[in-house]
Amino acid sequence: MTELTFIAQLGIYAMMFVVLAAAVAAVTLRNLFHCALALAGVLIGVAGMYLAMHAEFLAMVQILIYVGAVMTLIIFAIMLTQRLGAGDVAQNNKQSLFGAVAAAGFVVTLGGILWKTPWPVKEEAVTSSFSASDLGESLMTTYVLPFEIIAIVLFAVLIGAIVVARKDAPKGAEQ
Amino acid sequence: MDQLFVGIKTALLSMLGTFMPDWLVTVHSVLISATGIAIFGPLTMMYLTLIERKVVARMQNRLGPNRVGKFGLLQPVADGIKMLTKEDIVPYKADKLLHLLAPITIVVPALMVFAVLPFGRGMIAADLNVGILYFLAVSSTTTISIFIAGWGSHNKFALLGAMRAVAQMVSYEVPMVLSLVPALMIAGSLSTGAIVAAQAERWFAFTPWGFVAFIIFYLCGVAEVNRSPFDLAEAESEIVAGFHTEYSGMKFALFYMAEFMNTFTISALAATIFLGGWHGPFLPSWFWFLLKTYILIFVMIWFRGTLPRLRIDQLMGLAWKFLLPMALVNVVVAGFWYMSSGVIRTFGSIACLVVAFMVLTALNRPYVPEKREYTFAEN
Amino acid sequence: MIIPLEHILMFSTLLFAIGVYGTLVRRNLIGILISIELILNAVNVNLVAFSRTTALSPDTGQIFTFFVIALAAAAAAVGLAIVLALYRTSRTIFTD
Repeated sequence: MTELTFIAQLGIYAMMFVVLAAAVAAVTLRNLFHCALALAGVLIGVAGMYLAMHAEFLAMVQILIYVGAVMTLIIFAIMLTQRLGAGDVAQNNKQSLFGAVAAAGFVVTLGGILWKTPWPVKEEAVTSSFSASDLGESLMTTYVLPFEIIAIVLFAVLIGAIVVARKDAPKGAEQ
Repeated sequence: MDQLFVGIKTALLSMLGTFMPDWLVTVHSVLISATGIAIFGPLTMMYLTLIERKVVARMQNRLGPNRVGKFGLLQPVADGIKMLTKEDIVPYKADKLLHLLAPITIVVPALMVFAVLPFGRGMIAADLNVGILYFLAVSSTTTISIFIAGWGSHNKFALLGAMRAVAQMVSYEVPMVLSLVPALMIAGSLSTGAIVAAQAERWFAFTPWGFVAFIIFYLCGVAEVNRSPFDLAEAESEIVAGFHTEYSGMKFALFYMAEFMNTFTISALAATIFLGGWHGPFLPSWFWFLLKTYILIFVMIWFRGTLPRLRIDQLMGLAWKFLLPMALVNVVVAGFWYMSSGVIRTFGSIACLVVAFMVLTALNRPYVPEKREYTFAEN
Repeated sequence: MIIPLEHILMFSTLLFAIGVYGTLVRRNLIGILISIELILNAVNVNLVAFSRTTALSPDTGQIFTFFVIALAAAAAAVGLAIVLALYRTSRTIFTD
């Protein structure tokens, strides 16, 4: 089956390349809607990377939440704040060169360290399986406190976003 | 007879295995399933358009298309030829890439869902262990393609229609996911094959929580597909056909195809999760599956021929104020059903659900303004 | 794993760097939010890669990733609400 492994590896490297190209497009294109679509491409590609790492549940959740909900939010915001057919203005501010140098320096430094570190890869971690029911069990036993806290955080975000984005002033402001 | 298609596929693979290495046979096994789906999907969609036109026509006391071929059976072919030969008009200032991308990104997820449908005993193309989540994830990407269609048309009305359609789809996703949760809880798995296997003695729709979940899932499914009575965003007499106003020819045919494939998929999933999938006496399993799916499709076409359209605020009110609380109560009732036994669980769950239904309908009474007093002038 | 761990880590480092470049350089508020999403996704890929190869139990990294996804969605929601409020008062979403 080494031919299938080879085809799979080829596919995964191609996917990584496409994701990086889409990420570069997402930060440099002038038309904001095209940037948002490039971000959707990156998110789907990252879900593919999760599938390559045998985390299927996480991949599906990534598509459901990021591509289904967060992208909808971003595109709604783009539609409400851009006029149709607005001209393409320059998107980068005057710090482009310094930003590029900083990012490149970061990659060189961290990449060099990552490449040379001997990571302790454990065989049983690679072959273990993690199913949705294991996830449910961990969330309900070991990680129940973060689970409850994140429920409160999401509730606060829901109310906060509605209050911030509301159209009319609260009635008490007029008196 | 039951394993007819499985037998055909196994025979083909063993024939290929005589002269191909093993890994190529695996690849071909995937390709045979994919080809089967690629033939079945568009063929289904073509004949669904014909079935819809004839059934709606009969409900409106007229005959449907019956001139092209006997009983109009070649009508879809004529429709296909018409759509292929129409001129592809792109508006002048529209973004060409976005205009092209929208129909593609709406058809691909519609076809991808066919991979997790259990067509019969042992006939799932890909028995993923996160099958239902795969369906939910893939069908939630349709919202982006509607946005692309609306924005890429460079048309204010298309944009407005697209925003309404996306608001509708996003609000109906929430009760849909919540209505599936009881079935997943009781079956214990996200895989469609396992859910069908869990309904061997008793279909989920014959339990109190399953019946309510089936109704909620079906209504949310009809809203997700943008069919009547929820088709405000795209019907021809509303907002100039909404997000697919500026599309003609093959691109419009792709939108149309995606809508019908989604119809088939939602009915097939409702049949799988709540109506027992391919279980049934005597007849082959794939026949039962298709029979249940087509009965649900007939009910959707019946809705189209009979019910008037809902207004946008009525539509959103139905999702957020009625279906969502009902689905939440249903999850709790399903948990209660699982934990208890005997006669108390039947009566307890039915009582809880009926009380919740009455409370919600009482709380959602539409606002009736008080009658005005008219004083007429004295002459 | 059919891809060596170092390759996935390099991929996530590059994605993170592209996200950092975008955050520093974009003028448009929504563009900055898009770059922040890139950063969060790079972090998630890193977490899952480590949890699959070097972790003591496979659930640690993946659960962490779920929480990061939820918090990223929350941050995007609040950020976009602020963008809408800002647009309503000053009719522009450029930061300079």
